[in-house]
Amino acid sequence: MPRHTLSVLVENKAGVLARVSALFSRRGYNIESLAVGPTENPDLSRMTIVADAEAQPLEQITKQLNKLVEVIKIVELDTVAVQRELLLVKVRAPLADRAQVLQTAELFRARVIDVNTDTVTLEATGTPDKLQALLAVLAPLGIKEMAQSGTVALGRGPRSMSGAGTLRPVERSA
Amino acid sequence: MSTPSSSGRTAPPSRPATGPAPGAGAAPATPMQPSEAAAQATLGVETTARTIAEAASEPVSGITGAQSLVRSLEAVGVEVVFGIPGGAILPAYDPLFDSALRHVLVRHEQGAGHAATGYAQATGRVGVCMATSGPGATNLVTPLADAYMDSVPIVAITGQVPSAAIGTDAFQEADIRGITMPITKHNFLVTDADEIPQRIAEAFHLAGTGRPGPVLVDISKDALQATTDFSWPPRMDLPGYKPTTRPHGKQVREAAALIAGASQPVLYVGGGVLKAGATAELAELAELTGAPVVTTLMARGAFPDSHPQNLGMPGMHGNVTAVTALQKADLLVALGARFDDRVTGELSSFAPHAAVVHADIDPAEIGKNRKADVPIVGDAKATIAELVTALRAEHEAGRTPQLTGWWAQLEDWRTRYPLGYDWPEDGMLSPQYVIERLGAIAGPDAIYASGVGQHQMWAAQFVKYEKPGTWLNSGGLGTMGYAVPAAMGAKFGMPGTTVWAIDGDGCFQMTNQELATCAIEGIPVKVAVINNGNLGMVRQWQTLFYEGRYSNTHLNTHGGKPGAPRQVRIPDFVTLAEALGCVGLRCESKDDVDAVIEKAMSINDAPVVIDFIVGSDAQVWPMVAAGASNDEILAARDVRPVFGDGQV
Repeated sequence: MPRHTLSVLVENKAGVLARVSALFSRRGYNIESLAVGPTENPDLSRMTIVADAEAQPLEQITKQLNKLVEVIKIVELDTVAVQRELLLVKVRAPLADRAQVLQTAELFRARVIDVNTDTVTLEATGTPDKLQALLAVLAPLGIKEMAQSGTVALGRGPRSMSGAGTLRPVERSA
Repeated sequence: MSTPSSSGRTAPPSRPATGPAPGAGAAPATPMQPSEAAAQATLGVETTARTIAEAASEPVSGITGAQSLVRSLEAVGVEVVFGIPGGAILPAYDPLFDSALRHVLVRHEQGAGHAATGYAQATGRVGVCMATSGPGATNLVTPLADAYMDSVPIVAITGQVPSAAIGTDAFQEADIRGITMPITKHNFLVTDADEIPQRIAEAFHLAGTGRPGPVLVDISKDALQATTDFSWPPRMDLPGYKPTTRPHGKQVREAAALIAGASQPVLYVGGGVLKAGATAELAELAELTGAPVVTTLMARGAFPDSHPQNLGMPGMHGNVTAVTALQKADLLVALGARFDDRVTGELSSFAPHAAVVHADIDPAEIGKNRKADVPIVGDAKATIAELVTALRAEHEAGRTPQLTGWWAQLEDWRTRYPLGYDWPEDGMLSPQYVIERLGAIAGPDAIYASGVGQHQMWAAQFVKYEKPGTWLNSGGLGTMGYAVPAAMGAKFGMPGTTVWAIDGDGCFQMTNQELATCAIEGIPVKVAVINNGNLGMVRQWQTLFYEGRYSNTHLNTHGGKPGAPRQVRIPDFVTLAEALGCVGLRCESKDDVDAVIEKAMSINDAPVVIDFIVGSDAQVWPMVAAGASNDEILAARDVRPVFGDGQV
């Protein structure tokens, strides 16, 4: 199924995340990832939802999301949109392997954020593909623990979802 | 708080359905004494609600959140609240004691919710129910889900435990906001007294506009007790709520072109036409097109049954002509309908040759089940009116449809497969006959509220509906127990109209305690219990699909099972009715049917219950089995219609 990224502006109120996630679960839609955070406007939050769906179910998803009173606007981002995930990964790195860990980090432009005698913790950002590639290289060395964010994304170019010259929203609702 | 009538200021007449009453006044009105206000606050006096609204719109400071709540309800134009007090909502009941708006003390919160729904469906106004926290609120879950499925505008007010106790599993705490998220159009948790007027105004606006639906406002006890200021109207803040009511002109013109070019069109009319008050527009469209009309279970009364173009109800128990017309159509014009599975049967074989024009106020309904060739998002009233205009233009351009062949076909089916029924072989009373006579005697001006099951289908089939708002039922959720409280709410809203609940012996036992409310509060509804001694619809399926193995469907309301030692009716609905302060009547033979109905019609100072003892084996026909194609419709048991075209 094709992957779609929805950027959703919602009111910054308690319970909105519960409403959105409950909607996905109730209607049987699968979320690949969901990330929520503040926006330049303190009254609004942005949810970035990545879902695998065919065109018809995707249309239903956006229409049902649009019906939520606290959802302000939904834009489906195209494939060239800037998409990033954050990965924190704690890798086994005894002295013998440490150089290899650091070299890998450099290759993937990851930063070392914690070091001790046994492990190194790396911070990496990038597209999901890039982070997968990094993990694949680190795996043989021994991944002790990892945490990964959902995708956050913005459309390319000068336009924005809320300002002048806004991105075209998915069809409005009742 | 000053009494609502102590100051006078008029506001333009407003109905809750269109949002809060404007507060800024025009001409001064004569102040009304509290006793007058109380005297006028009787059944259905709309002017009273208006007067109360005007008085309540005065700003006041230093009042409690509870007083602010009651003022808000008055200001928004509420006439009646159906509810039961309890711990967390208790502060609200104190100012309610002085208020001129009526509170009807129900016996179970489910009754309050369905009463609000029945009131809303009969009057077109927003219905209101109130309950306390925890079990009070959870008892509203069924009526909220019911109103959500049938798009009925109601507002539920619930008390919540004090905000400091929320999340601690306090006594009578339930997360009713979380619980009702998927079954309300929207809901609020209010913990700040200052927010109360705004949330109430928003709740009524959301419930009554766009696609209507239930809205719940949960208010913590400390917010009800806190000191606050009140002013009206408050500012509403709903930046994400912009329902589309005006249809897109281009889509309307495309639809008109399809209608003008169709040779086998059907107007597939759903409940949205009633919600939009678009029956006059529908009649105009129907006559302009000359097309046949089918009215779904939620739309009975949207188009007169006596009109020759009305084919009746489609769906699982629709009549053969209505079902088959949809199957053979080359164009469906769906107006405020949602292609429910009970209408479409097996979706992949539904109306296989038809192009689809789908007009609905909710864009999410369009394309949800069936792809629309021409989608139109808009209010049904505006959409149909614009369709009429666009179609006139088509006709003027010389494009008029030729439907003679289609009508010849339809009339042939109508003649060969009319709705009908057989008398039970055991000689008992036919339930269809009872319902048919009830409809004939009470007539098209009466309101009929039904429960769910066989009696509901027969009431949809054999009562002839001529007017909007005269048929109330639980269509989407299929809530047994809906009839009695819904009839109560309808009667309260329409006191001058005869209101019949047509109920089954199973449904009736779920909510009949509200007859006590009706008897005490002076709400003289009439109840026809179609008592077949069984959970009839389930029993019908057991007959048809489970080799007659009647597992747990015998209810003992005719007496014990065959061979059982105790052959008494449990309960005896006549004595039960009397215990509840109603007149109880019984009818067991065909000869008595008219007389007993007429007797009930003559009693207007108390609720009346008639226990119609009918045969257990009567079945609802026609029928499309669940999940089967509409092409597989059976006109009666083992009777497959022959359409003579090799397709069916």
